[in-house]
Amino acid sequence: MEIFLNGLRQALALIFSLDPDLLEIVRLSLLVSGLALVISAALGLPAGLFLGLKDFIGKRLVVALVYTGMGLPPVVVGLTIYLLLSRQGPLGELGWLFTPRAMIVTQTILALPLIIGFTMTAVGAIPPALIMQLRSLGATRRQVVLTLLYEARAGVLAALVAGFGAIISEVGSVLIVGGNIEHKTRVLTTAIVLETRRGNFSLAIALGIILLSITFSANWLLLHLQGRLDPRHP
Amino acid sequence: MIPILRLEAIRHSYGGHFTLDIPSLAIWPGEVFAVVGPSGAGKSTLLRLLNFLEKPQQGRVYLHEKAYTASNLPIELRRRMAAVFQQPLLLNASVWRNVSYGLRVRGSRNGRDAIQQALDEVRLTHLAKHPAHRLSGGEAQRVSLARALVLNPEVLFLDEPTANLDPGNVRIIEDIIRQANQVRGATVVLVTHNIWQARRLAHRVALLFDGEIIETAAVDDFFQHPQDPRTQAFLTGDLIY
Repeated sequence: MEIFLNGLRQALALIFSLDPDLLEIVRLSLLVSGLALVISAALGLPAGLFLGLKDFIGKRLVVALVYTGMGLPPVVVGLTIYLLLSRQGPLGELGWLFTPRAMIVTQTILALPLIIGFTMTAVGAIPPALIMQLRSLGATRRQVVLTLLYEARAGVLAALVAGFGAIISEVGSVLIVGGNIEHKTRVLTTAIVLETRRGNFSLAIALGIILLSITFSANWLLLHLQGRLDPRHP
Repeated sequence: MIPILRLEAIRHSYGGHFTLDIPSLAIWPGEVFAVVGPSGAGKSTLLRLLNFLEKPQQGRVYLHEKAYTASNLPIELRRRMAAVFQQPLLLNASVWRNVSYGLRVRGSRNGRDAIQQALDEVRLTHLAKHPAHRLSGGEAQRVSLARALVLNPEVLFLDEPTANLDPGNVRIIEDIIRQANQVRGATVVLVTHNIWQARRLAHRVALLFDGEIIETAAVDDFFQHPQDPRTQAFLTGDLIY
């Protein structure tokens, strides 16, 4: 119990002292996961909308692949990206391995199926007749799509919450492709692994508390937004 | 006078194994045209074809004597029509935002008076800020009507607008439809299986049965002197289908 209390004390001390190393790690964690979330949302929301609204040959296979992707093991994604970006790999010339860019790529791949899957389900729950109703009221195709996305906003926000939660707390892939290099690719999760290995449990717990606080704050913000946007939501 | 809408040589399958077969049908400006018939006769499909929401497999649909399809109808022309369906299909927003939807997609920013007037007409001014999902079935359908009326449509399509509603709401909605036609000047195409509603509202009535228009006549002729034995049987409730 004492170790947790020490961790809590140390976390508070680190936060209030505005420790520059800690701030750097927090900033990089938010940058990598934030950008990965933005990219996966930019790709995943239209894809989820398409899958939720359109029927086509092979849709069942695509949906099955999306669902499989929702459970992708991060280490496998990390290993695949590592092999692609390594010096001998097909994308080795990019020089992205052990940089935040590689970490953003893996986290985007991890968040993308979650965002597609949640968006698809949310949009699929909208009555198909609503599309006809909106068109009959004079909405253009683009306006119909935007209205449907807004109607599915609870599910879309859940998609963003799920995506962000999965990647900010993920350690396997960022460790493989980022390498946990100090001042370069160290993020909260990889720092926790390092401090645990070093036996600095209090510091590891402190970092864990900070990570949890960030995740909680992000989710609280999104839930608050969900409540404001959706009168049915508490 | 030219028809506002006209169907020509329409053949269109619906419901898996039925075919709508309409050689010719004209809707005249300013009239209330009711299509009656049993469930599964193709009434809703006919309405979607007339409203350019579905493209006929064969034949043409004319608006002001110019042929268009669901895909090539210019948005300006689509915006001269509006539809209300059996299910109110309201957005998860306030009553006011629902009624303002059509104006917002048109980029109109001065719709306050029009929205207020439409809400007055459907007697729901007091619920303007109310979330739409908390309305009763009748109130929701009146919001759906207000959402169409606020656009001042040249043609108003109504697909079973009072199905499953209580008599009080039916009366209010029928008053609104009458007012839309007589005061706002909208041409109304009404699909209903309620022959008495057709009698109360329509100028002309058509019986659709098994995808075919059996008889079209002025309302009094349709009910008092039906020509086709199937119309007579439908009106007396003896049409077996």
